[in-house]
Amino acid sequence: MIEFLQNLGKNTRTSFTKLGRGTFFLLQATSGIVSVLPRPRLLLNQMHSIGVLSFLIITISGLFVGMVLGLQGYYILSDFGAEETLGVMVAASLVRELGPVVTALLFAGRAGSALTAEIGLMKATEQLSGMEMMAVDPIKRIISPRFLAGFLSMPLLAALFSAVGIIGGQMVGSGLLGVDEGAYWSQMRANIDFQDDIVNGVIKSIVFGFVASWIALFEGYDAIPTSEGVSRATTRTVVNSAFSILGLDFILTALMFGD
Amino acid sequence: MENSVSSQNSLVSVQNLSFYRGNKKIFDDISLEFERGKVTAIMGPSGTGKTTLLKLIGGQLHPKQGAVIVDGNNVHRLRRAELYNLRKRMGMLFQSGALLTDMNVFDNVAFPLREHTHLPESMIRTLVLMKLQAVGLRGARNLMPNELSGGMARRIALARAIALDPMMIMYDEPFTGQDPISKGALVQLIKSLNNILGLTSIIVSHDVQETAEIADYIYVISEGKIVGQGTPKEIEQSESDWVQQFMTGAADGPVHFHYPAKDYVDDLLSTGKRY
Repeated sequence: MIEFLQNLGKNTRTSFTKLGRGTFFLLQATSGIVSVLPRPRLLLNQMHSIGVLSFLIITISGLFVGMVLGLQGYYILSDFGAEETLGVMVAASLVRELGPVVTALLFAGRAGSALTAEIGLMKATEQLSGMEMMAVDPIKRIISPRFLAGFLSMPLLAALFSAVGIIGGQMVGSGLLGVDEGAYWSQMRANIDFQDDIVNGVIKSIVFGFVASWIALFEGYDAIPTSEGVSRATTRTVVNSAFSILGLDFILTALMFGD
Repeated sequence: MENSVSSQNSLVSVQNLSFYRGNKKIFDDISLEFERGKVTAIMGPSGTGKTTLLKLIGGQLHPKQGAVIVDGNNVHRLRRAELYNLRKRMGMLFQSGALLTDMNVFDNVAFPLREHTHLPESMIRTLVLMKLQAVGLRGARNLMPNELSGGMARRIALARAIALDPMMIMYDEPFTGQDPISKGALVQLIKSLNNILGLTSIIVSHDVQETAEIADYIYVISEGKIVGQGTPKEIEQSESDWVQQFMTGAADGPVHFHYPAKDYVDDLLSTGKRY
């Protein structure tokens, strides 16, 4: 019993210390953004490797998710003779929920794990230490551009995901199952609200991008500089990002869509 | 006696330094002087914290006690911006080279110049080629770090370390894991750079022969203390057991072959239960 309490105390303390280090790291990374702005090349390079290189996985996943939504939506709505509203259903699910959430989960798996491994290995091979000795602050030079690129890329990727998904839903709905194409689009345009649906979805994706980038970069920076340490950190990035994204999604949804 | 003479002309001075890692004592009240324009070596068995000492001098670690004075500045009292300014004048060669793996050789050497100066690209090119020529690798400028041998990587890192024309260079185990030819090349290079550029060099190493060849002064460290110091000749003739064990490479001596453990017979006869 005593041992259990001791372990509990020890683990709690470790977690809180880590949270403290993480917060301090976040402050440093955020304040480093100022020094990235005069050097757009650093940012563009990172947006390329974090954002552009995630294009394919986001597009293909978006297409399939949209197609499945089209199928499932049609089966349910046609029971009520409401298949004309398929467009609204597909678009609302994507823009409000699946776009930001699934994109963020894919982002954590594709870009987040890569960031953690990259930073962790830079630490293990003394590249970060070497930079410090060359009087270059690794937070400003390495972390901040990646952080900024991460949370700028996320809303763009989420928008892409939703757009491709809506096209996927339309392909299945009107192409395969015979929902009227005009109804699909006009119902969507009439019922999707810019403020309620689109802006809220974008806010969600910005928050997820912020959190996923923070977790990925911090886990890499805080990794034990050995091969095992980096591999564990990469796993933690994916697991912690998934938990945080899904948990935050619930909180944000409750705040945004509750009357 | 040596110290009092050298301290007037020393570029780096480590004073009464103590450092702990967790509860383990790494340095116990040690003082060292590194004279301007000279090659000073720190030798000792692996695990004695030689690299840690370089990190303390570079301000990456903080001592529990004592001070490190570099060119009149107390490294651990400086504000961040001042420390970074001082570091621009201190080169460091890491054991692994620590080259940035996403850039080719040219960009690696140009990195400190691009970060710290506003020189036009044409001038950076000239400077980089000069530094690469000095280490004999001008022809390798387009290679990526993963295409370099260990010896080449270290020479490129050396070119990068001298890119900003520093006043001193710290070498962390420059000879470890090198074949005889690269070892010879590095020995030559360290000596000639020191003389031609008027640098002050600090070498951390356990390669006795190579280091003794180029060092002007040697400190031998073991278990957190300085166990011997002097010119290479004096060290060779030292009567200290520690120094002799290190220089001749005896397996047992003041530095024990066995890691501290409880009595061997007791250990074998005990139940072997996990505790």
